[in-house]
Amino acid sequence: MTASADAPTVATARKPATGFWRRALRHRSFVLGGLLSLLVIGAALLSLVWTPWSPYDIDVASKLKPPTAAHWLGTDVLGRDIASLLLVGARSTIAVGIIAVGIGLTFGVCLGLLAAARKGWTEELIMRMSDFTFAFPAVLSAIMLAAVAGPGMLTSITAIGIFQIPTFVRVTRGSASAIWAREFVLAARASGKGTFLITIEHVLPNILSILIVQATIQFALAILAEAGLSYLGLGTQPPQPSWGRMLNDAQTLLFQSPMLAVYPGAAIAVAVLGLNLLGDGLRDLLDPRLARER
Amino acid sequence: MLKKLTIFAVAAAFIAAPLPSFAQAKKDSVVMAMALEPPGLDPTNAAAAAIAEVTLYNIYETLTKINEDGSVSPLLAESWQASPDLKTYTFKLRKGVKFQNGEAFDSAAVKFSYDRNAAATSTNKDKSLYQSFESVTAPDADTIVIALKYSEPNLPFLLGQASGSIVEPKSAPTNVTQPVGTGPYQLGGWVKGSSITLNKWADYRNASAIKLSKVTIRFISDPAAQIAALLSGDVDAFPRVATRSVAQLKADPRFTVLVGGSKAKTIVAINERKKPLDDVRVRRAILAAIDRKAMIDGAADGFGTPIGSFYTPGSLGFVDTTGINPYDPEKAKQLLKEAGVTNLELSLKLPPPPYARAGGEILAAQLAKVGITAKIENVEWAQWLSQVFAGTGPHNFDLTIVSHVEPFDLVKITESDYYLGYNNEAFNTLYKQIMSTPDEAGRAKLLGDAQKMLATDAVAGFLYQPQWPTVINKKLKGVWKEVPQFENDFSAWSWE
Repeated sequence: MTASADAPTVATARKPATGFWRRALRHRSFVLGGLLSLLVIGAALLSLVWTPWSPYDIDVASKLKPPTAAHWLGTDVLGRDIASLLLVGARSTIAVGIIAVGIGLTFGVCLGLLAAARKGWTEELIMRMSDFTFAFPAVLSAIMLAAVAGPGMLTSITAIGIFQIPTFVRVTRGSASAIWAREFVLAARASGKGTFLITIEHVLPNILSILIVQATIQFALAILAEAGLSYLGLGTQPPQPSWGRMLNDAQTLLFQSPMLAVYPGAAIAVAVLGLNLLGDGLRDLLDPRLARER
Repeated sequence: MLKKLTIFAVAAAFIAAPLPSFAQAKKDSVVMAMALEPPGLDPTNAAAAAIAEVTLYNIYETLTKINEDGSVSPLLAESWQASPDLKTYTFKLRKGVKFQNGEAFDSAAVKFSYDRNAAATSTNKDKSLYQSFESVTAPDADTIVIALKYSEPNLPFLLGQASGSIVEPKSAPTNVTQPVGTGPYQLGGWVKGSSITLNKWADYRNASAIKLSKVTIRFISDPAAQIAALLSGDVDAFPRVATRSVAQLKADPRFTVLVGGSKAKTIVAINERKKPLDDVRVRRAILAAIDRKAMIDGAADGFGTPIGSFYTPGSLGFVDTTGINPYDPEKAKQLLKEAGVTNLELSLKLPPPPYARAGGEILAAQLAKVGITAKIENVEWAQWLSQVFAGTGPHNFDLTIVSHVEPFDLVKITESDYYLGYNNEAFNTLYKQIMSTPDEAGRAKLLGDAQKMLATDAVAGFLYQPQWPTVINKKLKGVWKEVPQFENDFSAWSWE
């Protein structure tokens, strides 16, 4: 949660703060995306301290109840409160997203920077390896991992994380290579700075905004992948609530209680839409050149 | 994934729309569906009930036939006689019967089949039954004499199960993919993962009585797809359909819903080989934490009758044992304290059927209330069979939920490599006593004792006897309501 909450703050540190926020608040998709993302994050945070009912409380006698004052969104097939399940589900969704994107970001950026800095066979090797990894969708790696280590949250995090690495490698290497060709890098090199220092002091700060935008969009993809994996039974395991598994449960009842599928579906849609809009907005705001090109 | 959902939603919308009544000439074919696909088509070498659902009485036949009410009538045997001590049975075989590959059916084929089931390398589900045969002799081509090591009053019933299918010696090794039996249907085709087609065998001894010339069996495991297939008219019959869909289908005038009893027992299996589950107090605590009613409503959608032991209502000598370890969370906590067990954490491995997955979540919630943490692990059937159930071990589980669909399988509890790991000499002795008691009243009393012993020792969390809803097209006749065992007797099916 901190990563995405910090995202605008990091950006503002590099730009005149007031100018950024003024432009940001006028940017429609950024505002809408931000609000939707905050809604999801807020739900996850709220679930840490309060839920209307315990999401683990099974009360079969009152199963499949329509919305009432006690159960705002009704109850599921085992009599659990759907509103509580959604709130706690947001938590696992966001946790998986953050950790998976964290894995992708850490490994991807390091490898991408290395590729851009070393060129030659190192770059070739890293890029071909990332092509190789890219060929395996998250679902496939998750199935393989689940076969070895058993299904679970850890499996889905690892699978999604690995899936994210090549994306970050490509983005990092592409934009870092462009920075390496710039005059100020040449100047730094001429003044005797080493490759490592140039990477840390000049290259990384200059590609940071691109990475932030990419991370936001990857976050949305990670949420979608988590929901997909949980839906297939490879992700978050019961009794831990998860949106994907709620969808799976609802599938068998699509004819009797269609709303059971609508709620988690809408939650996933809101989260993914919010983060995508936020990512788009951030891109426009942080990289005016890109915004003009559009 | 959203894309998939969209496609599904669109499909669902189409299906939900009222359909024009499909034109129906005098049909002689049926499309039946079942949830699971059989792993092969030899019911004598694998335990999967799905094999019997396709083959029993259709491709293969047995000496006897188990009827809808559980009674037994002649099939490949014309008649039989038991000795007074119920240890020797003489079967007179039907004459002029041929196997589908043209070979003649005789006592040699019966002897071959039973000896094969008893062989050391046999993987027959009822291997122990065939190993209890002292001898199988064929005095002439139409007579078979079975001498047992102990009295077996149920032998005619037991031989009517799929595991007792009579196979032809030459074709037996390839029965898994190319089944050859004496039944009215032959395998027409098998599209793996999708369907099996059975065609009427023209040379069947009573071919004119067989109404359906073609039966297509589709495999639909997903409950939503099951109901969609029925509503769209793609499927004419769905025996043992997922219980979730039934309420809606009951209201539809196109269908008949038959709710039949079963001989099945859905249980929470407890691995008694593991500590502290070898302590009867811990097992009793687990049982006291279980609210059977919530289980039935939540996991079986109300289609179940509570049971307290490994035995079903309506069977000989049934006694109600649900009161022996009743639902009492306070008692459960107290029992755990007495056993000195704190922070008990157990693995709960769940096979794929909805009753197990939903039941597992309910069980975990119920156990949590008495301070036991059940860690749910959803596994596939293959994993479940190899890790949990296989007699060769490793019996790598603490708890699991499963439905044992075989009738009268108390004998399983006496097997030393059974996955429950009960291994109680007193029970084994009692079981032997039951088997050697020829008179019914005496046996009924002993069977009652056996049920009480299993309940008292909390051998497993005995939950309920499931009821199996069968949904069929209203015009389809001859489909059984009751389910004495898993089978579909297509020879009796016909269109109105």
